[in-house]
Amino acid sequence: MQDLLRRYGPGLTGLICLLVAFWLVMLVILPNITLFEQSFRPYLPVVDVGGPRDTYSFNNYLKVLDGSTETSLFGVAFTIPVHVKTFFQTIWYSMVVTIICFALAYPLAYYMAKVVAPKTVPTLLLLLFVPLWVSEVLRAFAWWIILAFKGPLNALLQGVGLIEDPIRWTNMGYTGVMVGLVYTYVLFMLFPIYNAVSSLDTNQIEAADDLGASWWRIHWRIVLPHAKPGIASGSVMVFMLSAGSLLVPSILGSTTSQWFTQTIDQWFKDALDWNTASAYAFLLLILCTVFVSVAMKLFKVKLSDIAK
Amino acid sequence: MSAGIDLENVCCDFGSFRAVDNANVSIKPGEFFSFLGPSGCGKTTILRMISGFIEPTQGAIKIGGKDMRGQRPNQRPTALIFQNLALFPLMPIWENITFGLEVRGVDKTTRRKKAEELLKLVDLPGAADKMVSQLSGGQKQRVAIARALAVEPAVMLLDEPLSALDLKLRQHMRAELRAIQKRTGVTFIYITHDQGEALAMSDRVGVMSQGRIQQIADPRDIYNNPVNGFVASFVGENNIFEGTAGTASEGMAGFDTAFGGFRARLSPEAAGKAVKLYVRPEHTVLTAKAATENSVPVTVSEVSFEGAFIAVHATSEQGKTITAEIRNDGSATVPEVGAKLHASFDAARAALLPDANVRG
Repeated sequence: MQDLLRRYGPGLTGLICLLVAFWLVMLVILPNITLFEQSFRPYLPVVDVGGPRDTYSFNNYLKVLDGSTETSLFGVAFTIPVHVKTFFQTIWYSMVVTIICFALAYPLAYYMAKVVAPKTVPTLLLLLFVPLWVSEVLRAFAWWIILAFKGPLNALLQGVGLIEDPIRWTNMGYTGVMVGLVYTYVLFMLFPIYNAVSSLDTNQIEAADDLGASWWRIHWRIVLPHAKPGIASGSVMVFMLSAGSLLVPSILGSTTSQWFTQTIDQWFKDALDWNTASAYAFLLLILCTVFVSVAMKLFKVKLSDIAK
Repeated sequence: MSAGIDLENVCCDFGSFRAVDNANVSIKPGEFFSFLGPSGCGKTTILRMISGFIEPTQGAIKIGGKDMRGQRPNQRPTALIFQNLALFPLMPIWENITFGLEVRGVDKTTRRKKAEELLKLVDLPGAADKMVSQLSGGQKQRVAIARALAVEPAVMLLDEPLSALDLKLRQHMRAELRAIQKRTGVTFIYITHDQGEALAMSDRVGVMSQGRIQQIADPRDIYNNPVNGFVASFVGENNIFEGTAGTASEGMAGFDTAFGGFRARLSPEAAGKAVKLYVRPEHTVLTAKAATENSVPVTVSEVSFEGAFIAVHATSEQGKTITAEIRNDGSATVPEVGAKLHASFDAARAALLPDANVRG
């Protein structure tokens, strides 16, 4: 703060602080507080708002436990509230997306950081960035076309002779959603890992090699531990973005897939019950944060590692 | 266990650049051998070829008589100590040291015991559970040596491992390295650009320049009988005179210069080549009277006190600076600046040497 004042003078410093304050208060804190406050109030006809029935309660949050559905896991059948099931599916498939992103990004990041000649890295980065210049909606639709019943993917697979009849990719549970989410968020995994691996001294890899380590042990003992903070921050980002994505599940979802954000969206737009929608949104935020914190504890990652 | 190493006509090209040109060395089992040269002379390339990170473009590298072509670094009986040591910062010291054993599937208790033993050997007991960041420069050095020794290599390759240490510690580690080498009997190949280091530690030294090995000899020979001007200049100071040599007889030859006729040693190999006269400052003497031969009248221009010796810089009538070193043993008289004296040297102490052996 002192530094800012000395460098830019009181006028400019004041402006910077004002803009930051505007951003924080008007665009982040106020809307969230409004929703948070609303989430504890019942959905009422306009005339009753502010009336005797407008009291604070946890009822909106508890709605998530309403309405049960039959489901089975590992062959065990049980009943579970339908929105809770959606929530667990969202968490589970977000995890799967995170793992797939890691599996794709780690080898690529290692290749870019340690194998390829440094002068070709900018070209590779450009190639990776180009898809990001296209809007997320268009990219999701592009995949919708690719995965279509008479789309290019089926045509290609049939052409090569791998399949005989076309496959309904977009109607296979969460397949479309997975593909779309991985495609949309894989770079959020790639760059932190790339940064982390780049900072590893190549001599360490050579030293391990010289001491007789096989390539997988070099990765397991040297590269992966070094890249752990990068992997952690990439994973947190991909997981949170996936769990919070509405667009991709809406466009690429099938008749049997339901994302928790879609449920929230339905409360907002179909039921016009903003109170319950807000409650669901905060539920998602809080539970995902808890889940990520537990996962970080489990993998012994500190918050300060990720901030790097 | 230790093994000898033979480099036979080894060449290494990077594109059109020849980093190592026709290297031939036979290093004996248990020898402490140094490659000495300025940066970019190809010494590190030689080391990386021996360790297996680079394949030679031509020629063969044999370790213990066995051709190493096509063998990966992890298949060779060598252990490399990197210039920056490349210790694993996320592992405790004992895991660092026994990483090579972990790779070979040795169980944890044995590894732990081995680590303790090796830490004792490198004089660093009790550091097993520390992390790398907790150690000082010299201690990290010892850990790196222990890690390399753990895999019981036949050959240890050291890539300027002392260059990051301060002077005092460096001198201490020289003696330490030498002692560890004697204790273990492993062949050491040491890369350095520090001539003091190479001369002090090695059994034999190979001096390199521009990809070529200029001379292989024991440290005394390298210093006292350099084969060419590059070796003479790289391993010490010289007064250098240009001129033309006469014909040699019994290893001595006349040498005509702008300062008059000199006489100096001329080896049969150097005969017929363009040569310069090299004489060490400590073999150059300043006297009031002219000597019978190899004498140049000079005026003292600068006296610099170096501690163990005093360097006297004197200028000849032709404007050439000649340096003489006087041992600071208390008895020597140090000339004053401006004194008119004669610089001279013993013909047997001066050599007529060709320039470095480089690719034409």
